Amino acid sequence: MTALELRGVSKTYGEGAAVVQALSGVSLSVEPGAMVAVMGPSGSGKSTLLTIAGSLEEPTSGEVLIDGAPLSRMSRNGKARLRRRSIGYVFQDFNLLPGLTAAENVALPLELDGLIARKARAAGLRALEDLGLAERAGQYPDQLSGGERQRVAIARAVVGHRNLLLADEPSGALDSVNGEAVMRLVHEACKRGVAAVVVTHDAQLASWADRVVFLRDGRIVDQTAPPAGPESLLTTPGQSQ
Amino acid sequence: MSVRHALLALLSEGPKYGLQLREEFEARTGEVWPLNVGQVYTTLQRLERDGLVESDGSTDEGPQKGFRITSGGEEELAAWLRTPPDLSSPPRDELVMKVLVALRVPGVDVHDVIQVHRRYLVELMQQWTRLKEDEAEFDLGLALVVDAELFRLDSVIRWLDAADGRLKRAAADGLPVPVPAALTRLRRRAGVRS
Repeated sequence: MTALELRGVSKTYGEGAAVVQALSGVSLSVEPGAMVAVMGPSGSGKSTLLTIAGSLEEPTSGEVLIDGAPLSRMSRNGKARLRRRSIGYVFQDFNLLPGLTAAENVALPLELDGLIARKARAAGLRALEDLGLAERAGQYPDQLSGGERQRVAIARAVVGHRNLLLADEPSGALDSVNGEAVMRLVHEACKRGVAAVVVTHDAQLASWADRVVFLRDGRIVDQTAPPAGPESLLTTPGQSQ
Repeated sequence: MSVRHALLALLSEGPKYGLQLREEFEARTGEVWPLNVGQVYTTLQRLERDGLVESDGSTDEGPQKGFRITSGGEEELAAWLRTPPDLSSPPRDELVMKVLVALRVPGVDVHDVIQVHRRYLVELMQQWTRLKEDEAEFDLGLALVVDAELFRLDSVIRWLDAADGRLKRAAADGLPVPVPAALTRLRRRAGVRS
């Protein structure tokens, strides 16, 4: 079943002469285990696409389906439950709560969903271990480096059994080595079956995706072909001296 | 890629055979730049002629002939490492030309031309990233070579993005498209090499 499907999604803000068309007839399917990157300049509608896919905003027209279920037929509570259980978000500025430790930040979505604290913490700790952060579990966000904070944010986004990861410029202001580490983690999550949508203007991040779609003025104008294997890069014989 | 200096670098570690040099060259560059045997021996012959390496004197020209670096070779290598490559004058970039030409050809949407190239470059970057993902975690030489390629392609995409944005703004402001004379002037001023 498709993990995320957008069918002819449009979004307008404002009315009359001040109307802004943020998205126009966007259709996109993401299968479980796939990573799709959405590239486009500022103002092309990337972030709107992500907030609508994550049920944080409603489309003006069109339909969003998560695991085959249309969001338009869900109650507010149903959508809130979906966000707590199935969808993980990663933002550019990490959005960790400063008063909670790394482990508590990661466990928070599970606790909000009603899991008892002990079990939530154990699951949070496991997620941190998976990302090589076990020894930082008791630290507060301001005691962590930028790269570590973003790894905590990713642990929080994939903790439990989330099957859709939505990331908006997930490498934020990190340097390229840390940015790559972030993308490796997203990629690992996809190998475990998570579907991921990564919105970015950074081609190096986007190139981790199985498929890159290009957004311009609220429309998908193009997308990459399924990637050829890297072998094709290594066949050029010796170059100039 | 200077094969000449790469061979000097390998010999700076100690004497080596021709075949060994070829294998080590390919291993250190993550096998991204394959070398043929002929290229290795021609280069070694020239290095010997220039007094930068010495052979063990055997008449055997085959893979078992040994080579070592001379003090002249060591000086040459040290100087080369610190000599900046020639990046001072812009090369005649085919992609820049295409975008400039697309501006003037009737019926061609320059933004579509830009997007075709952007997609192609991203696809290429995806392939390099796959390679990095599969292999480079364990092979530092390969990781460095792949990074260099990714940054190079990335810079071209950034230029395309900037061009896209600049042309949109120019169209909104009603600016005329550039005339070829402006290019000629720029070329003369920059001393562009062909």
